[in-house]
Amino acid sequence: MTALRRVAGKLGALLLTLFLASLLVFFSRFLVPGDPLSFLLRGRKPSAEAVAQVSAQYGLDLPPWQQYLNWLAGVLQGDLGRSLQYRQDVTEVIGDRLPVTLGLVVMAGAIIAVLGLTAGIVASLNRGRILDRAVLVGLTVLGAIPSFVGSIVLIAVFAVQLGWFPSFGSGEGFLDTVYHLVLPSIALALVFVVLVGKVTRSSMVEQLGREHVEVATSRGLKRGTVIRRHVVRNSIGPILTVSGVLVAGLLVASAIVEAAFGLAGIGSLLVQSVDRLDFPVVQAIVLLVVAAFVTVNAVIDVLEPLVDPRAAAGVGAR
Amino acid sequence: MTTPTLAMSVLRAPRVRRSSTTFAVSAVFLSAVTVAAILAPVVAPYDPNHVDLLNFQAGPSTAHWLGTDSLGRDILSRMIYGARTALLAPLLVVVFSTVVGILLGLLAGWRGGWIDAVLGRAFDVVFAFPALLLAIMAVALFGKGLVGPVIAMSIAFTPFVARLTRTLVASERSRPYVAAYRVQGFGGAFIALRRVLPNVTPIVGAQSTLNFGYVLAELAALSFLGLGVQAPTADWGAMINEAQSGLIGGYFLPALVPALAVVFVVVAVNVIGEELSDRIGGELPA
Repeated sequence: MTALRRVAGKLGALLLTLFLASLLVFFSRFLVPGDPLSFLLRGRKPSAEAVAQVSAQYGLDLPPWQQYLNWLAGVLQGDLGRSLQYRQDVTEVIGDRLPVTLGLVVMAGAIIAVLGLTAGIVASLNRGRILDRAVLVGLTVLGAIPSFVGSIVLIAVFAVQLGWFPSFGSGEGFLDTVYHLVLPSIALALVFVVLVGKVTRSSMVEQLGREHVEVATSRGLKRGTVIRRHVVRNSIGPILTVSGVLVAGLLVASAIVEAAFGLAGIGSLLVQSVDRLDFPVVQAIVLLVVAAFVTVNAVIDVLEPLVDPRAAAGVGAR
Repeated sequence: MTTPTLAMSVLRAPRVRRSSTTFAVSAVFLSAVTVAAILAPVVAPYDPNHVDLLNFQAGPSTAHWLGTDSLGRDILSRMIYGARTALLAPLLVVVFSTVVGILLGLLAGWRGGWIDAVLGRAFDVVFAFPALLLAIMAVALFGKGLVGPVIAMSIAFTPFVARLTRTLVASERSRPYVAAYRVQGFGGAFIALRRVLPNVTPIVGAQSTLNFGYVLAELAALSFLGLGVQAPTADWGAMINEAQSGLIGGYFLPALVPALAVVFVVVAVNVIGEELSDRIGGELPA
């Protein structure tokens, strides 16, 4: 019962945040001084056809709140309007670009999970020893490298100097695509490996020093069992929370990586649409990224008690 | 949603092994970059926009210490001029977000109740927009350049400051000295502004220093995407953007120099910010 109420509460908060975010995304356009038609048609010939299309799409003759309701109704039915640069539905344009970004994010996510967790666990189990220091220094150095710098260096070293990987495009077919996405996904993963690595380490270190771990050890349980059952399991909470933040971070940072590696994904579409003054596409991508971020965080909030029953009872995992 | 705060504090504050040497090196390096930026016209050996097509993509030499770019412009001079936007824009963001964030956090933490609830909800909505995304949206609305992004980033970072301030103020409010002032008949506004505010400001300020490096990198990324500072203006991010095509041809210097500058400045700022936080101390809420 309480669990159900908790989920309902989270859902309410999620919907409220999404609603407020949609207001911000929609009404941001009204911050631009001047006539909305000339804003939307910047850089284009205001032909009668274009004027009619944009006016109809945005319902510019209606009062603002009605424009918003129409837009929202469309969005909820999967209608994100029409792109001004492609003369195509925004949904289609985004749909074409989605696979590359998803591939990139999934590969980066795998790298982050493997390297981040390994680094964090190895460091925490060797706390204070050379291995711990080495991992920490390594993470610190990596953490100082923004994704555009990472992209540049990876291209210079592995694509141009060594010629091991392509530096441009996403290739054809599954294996070729994976091959093309190796460098971009590494560039994208860097900063987040550091994030997950550090959170994992500090979470594990905290658990290792806890009384229940001491008790388990003194009961004569094997070290491996203690770590798996009592340390790792209790450390998952903070790691899970951080992975929620990763989603927004990865989606936004993919704009940088996609631009650097010439990948036709959502991120480069966003940048290109800003460049070509295609506001409907910009609006749609911003809304999607924000919705993805808020939803993933809500899902993690709901899932956390399943991993850590204390969170359900309202007792912090500390 | 406490998540972003946790993540950000880990992300933007790489724990460098702190010693007086690293701190000193960082401080000297950062001062040198700042002085060079301020005195750019005096220090820079060449006009940053002087094109010399006969001498393009040249390697380092005594005439051009860091070589020249694809248009034969002196990279060192462009770096020195580029340091101006690189340092000034994040400074504006940090100052604005710190001042507004402290005031909003003080209001929320001191008054509590519905004001706290409304502000908390507003912060949650802003948290849902990653800073770079908000900056990109600002460019879509107000055109290319740094004005829109600087305002957008200021807004994006305000909730981080406000939330920290709020937590500190809320715990400060229950301390005996506040009750003592109340008993003596001092008004709430006086206690909040003149007694509590000075107690929390140093801690929040030190944390805000750590935002500087993060904002610098994000704004450089924006210029790298071609949405921030526009060519031919010398800017680190824009320089990397322009040097990208040369990268494939093996001309690494024009891209690597500004890229490394971003990394070094960010690390230096973080080392200093960490040191400040440590010296000021204060219990940071987890």
